[in-house]
Amino acid sequence: MVKAIEKAGFPVVHICTVTPISMTVGANRIVPAVAIPHPLGDPNWDLEEERAIRRSLLKKAFHALTTEVEDQTIFED
Amino acid sequence: MSKIRIVHYINQFFAQKGGEEMAHIPAEKVAGKVGPGMALEEAFKGEAEIVATIICGDSYFNENLEKAQKEIIEMIKEEKPDMFIAGPAFNAGRYGVACGTIAEAVKNELNIPVLTGMYIENPGADMFKSKVYICPTKNSAAGMKDAVSKMAPLALKLAKGEAIGASCEDNYMPNGIRKNFFDVKRGSARAVDMLLAKLADKPFETEYPMPSFDRVAPHAAIKDLSKAKIAFVTSGGIVAKGNPDHIESSNASHFGKYCIEGINDFTPENSETAHGGYDPVYANADADRVIPLDVMREFVADGTVGALHEYYYSTVGNGTAVASAKKFGEAIAEDLKAAGVDGVILTST
Amino acid sequence: MKRLELGYVNIKDVQFADKSEVRDGVLYVNQEEIKAIVMEDETIKNVSFDIARPGESVRITPVKDVIEPRVKVEGPGGVFPGMLCKPETVGSGRTHVLRGCAVVTAGKIVGFQEGIIDMTGPGAKYTPFSKLNNFVMVIEPVDGLKQHEYEHAVRMAGFKVAAKLGELAKELTPDEVKVFETPNVKEGIEMYPNLPRVAYVQMLQSQGLLHDTYVYGVDAKRSLSSMIFPTETMDCAIVSGNCVSACDKNTTYHHQNNPVVADLFEQHGKTLNFVGVIITNENVYLADKQRSSDWAAKLAELLGVDGVIVSQEGFGNPDTDLIMNCVKIEKKGIKTTIITDEYAGQDGKSQSLADADPLATAVVTGGNANEVITLPKMDKVIGTLDYVDKIAGGHAGSLAADGTITAELQVITGATNELGFNCLSAR
Repeated sequence: MVKAIEKAGFPVVHICTVTPISMTVGANRIVPAVAIPHPLGDPNWDLEEERAIRRSLLKKAFHALTTEVEDQTIFED
Repeated sequence: MSKIRIVHYINQFFAQKGGEEMAHIPAEKVAGKVGPGMALEEAFKGEAEIVATIICGDSYFNENLEKAQKEIIEMIKEEKPDMFIAGPAFNAGRYGVACGTIAEAVKNELNIPVLTGMYIENPGADMFKSKVYICPTKNSAAGMKDAVSKMAPLALKLAKGEAIGASCEDNYMPNGIRKNFFDVKRGSARAVDMLLAKLADKPFETEYPMPSFDRVAPHAAIKDLSKAKIAFVTSGGIVAKGNPDHIESSNASHFGKYCIEGINDFTPENSETAHGGYDPVYANADADRVIPLDVMREFVADGTVGALHEYYYSTVGNGTAVASAKKFGEAIAEDLKAAGVDGVILTST
Repeated sequence: MKRLELGYVNIKDVQFADKSEVRDGVLYVNQEEIKAIVMEDETIKNVSFDIARPGESVRITPVKDVIEPRVKVEGPGGVFPGMLCKPETVGSGRTHVLRGCAVVTAGKIVGFQEGIIDMTGPGAKYTPFSKLNNFVMVIEPVDGLKQHEYEHAVRMAGFKVAAKLGELAKELTPDEVKVFETPNVKEGIEMYPNLPRVAYVQMLQSQGLLHDTYVYGVDAKRSLSSMIFPTETMDCAIVSGNCVSACDKNTTYHHQNNPVVADLFEQHGKTLNFVGVIITNENVYLADKQRSSDWAAKLAELLGVDGVIVSQEGFGNPDTDLIMNCVKIEKKGIKTTIITDEYAGQDGKSQSLADADPLATAVVTGGNANEVITLPKMDKVIGTLDYVDKIAGGHAGSLAADGTITAELQVITGATNELGFNCLSAR
């Protein structure tokens, strides 16, 4: 799905937990997520803290979308 | 000769501990065979026995990768096995990845032969087929008998240190190592057969798949995010409450398109997940954990992001055929183009 | 309608005798008579003969060519047109074949690429010539002879002897007769209106010394892609001048018994309509490669066929010719199957072809030529083992003191043939 959308002419950032799969699948901009059932949150924290996690992940996603890449790249920080 | 000692790895589901709600359980070891181990042992016809079975939750394994591997390796080591088998995992993605991961780790650290089995489209297959022997299986547990009939003979061969033939002879996924063998028909006759099949639009199998081209060049980055329109797409199965489009929980046949105009926050009242491959509790309680709608609204409000597309697109990635996913992606992209979207955030569970 | 009858005279043994003849399935050869024919060429200093039969502990090396004795019984022209006789169009009438035997040319090395034929043991499984009764000629050139002249002398000697032995079958009643018919394009469409129309694109190695192929006597590298009737190949219209990396070079025997031609004829009129053969070369210049593949695709387009089988010869840069042919033909809307072999490294882990394209969806492989094989010592060697370390696929130390050879499959004549002559494959 990632590749098909990117091929159609959009930069795509893939936020996912199991990044090696994303690499195999062929995503170009990858942001590692928290956990499989809750990639952009963490039920162990309260709502405001969870939102902070989401903000930080989205900021990474924005960074990825606005960064030129030549090859598959995982945006760790 | 004493029997070959085998340790077998299975997940919570095949141990009949439960489904997703039990995917968090840590690794445990029980003596002897459990679940699919029975069929395997029967197929060994007395040549080998399963001395212990490791049971581990898929989520536990994948979320505690290093810790889980360490624990499991220790458990296996104690049994002094001659061989390690994981799965078969069929099309269960995280189970397949776990099987491949632990099989590779055992091979490297304990230096014994290892074998696993899974469906060709299981993400674990691409990740590990060049590292460990993987028998191709059907896409669901209904194919257990077929899987055992492939895995058991290969396991015995590996355990005995016998020479392994070409992938099509010994029933493992092509692992990037080309091996010669004598086919039944000569090459020219095979070429004529293949051409006739191709001409008749019937399935045929090339003897040498062209090396992987399946990469898409990265699209240019977004120049100015504050002027860009971003869309959400997910394979995490987030749908409008009640799953009005009836997206399947596994091997989805279609995707859904949902309007989020006027919605600033996902709640248990307005959304849920249709995904059957992960514990749905957290996503059902707050779908923002899969599609970060709440914080995205903030970024739009403060001008970081130009706009958020008024629809999001969702399907279930669980066991969904690659060809379907490609089709969904193409259709979604059409829609995004029409809507003037500049960039996509795709989330996966 | 082009119609050729092939009359097969089965040969179950070859023996030296006072009189050359075929009697009760045995080919008797008078050595002096044959020697006189070979020695007509002043560049040849000496020739000796030997016989290698299936199952014998015999190793033949360095092998240059393998040729099946044939003779034209009826119809225009003669065998080896343009080489031994006038380049008159062949492929019709009747031809007799001495089936089960071959002339093998061997002798001092020309380059360092000639092959090995083992008549028994593990190596015998890989070469089709271990199943034949081989009349082997070991040829010695005069001193100081240039490589090209020596290659020419050996090549021509093989053809002359094969033709001479073939003549022994001219008056015989064959054990089996097969008829091959190729209608012209118009007739074919009328005869088989509902069958898919299929052509065969045969790529001919054409890269210089020991890399050449001749069509009616013309060096293939000097010709544009062209078309011939499939039966012309059975009358020796295409002959080998190459044996580099002997595993995937077509000997003259391969051309005479082209398996793609045979298997397409087998289906002709049943599941497909075999329209004809397009021959194209594999030259060393990029412009030639582009031009030749353009022409091959153009001829397929002109024939209006539905499908094409492309066979390669050799490896490395010809992989590019193969892919160009495949892709250009596919882009004309014609479906292709290609036959190649692989150089995936001794460990089988490397990329098998030097070139690739997603349009090459149907590939048949003759196996990985880099796979290592151990050939135990044979009781007798015809030719010489002096060059085993040097031939392609061999390496320093290939030949052990006890006569064992450890080398890549490449060294074995015809092992990974890309006409699909063998059952060998790889996954």
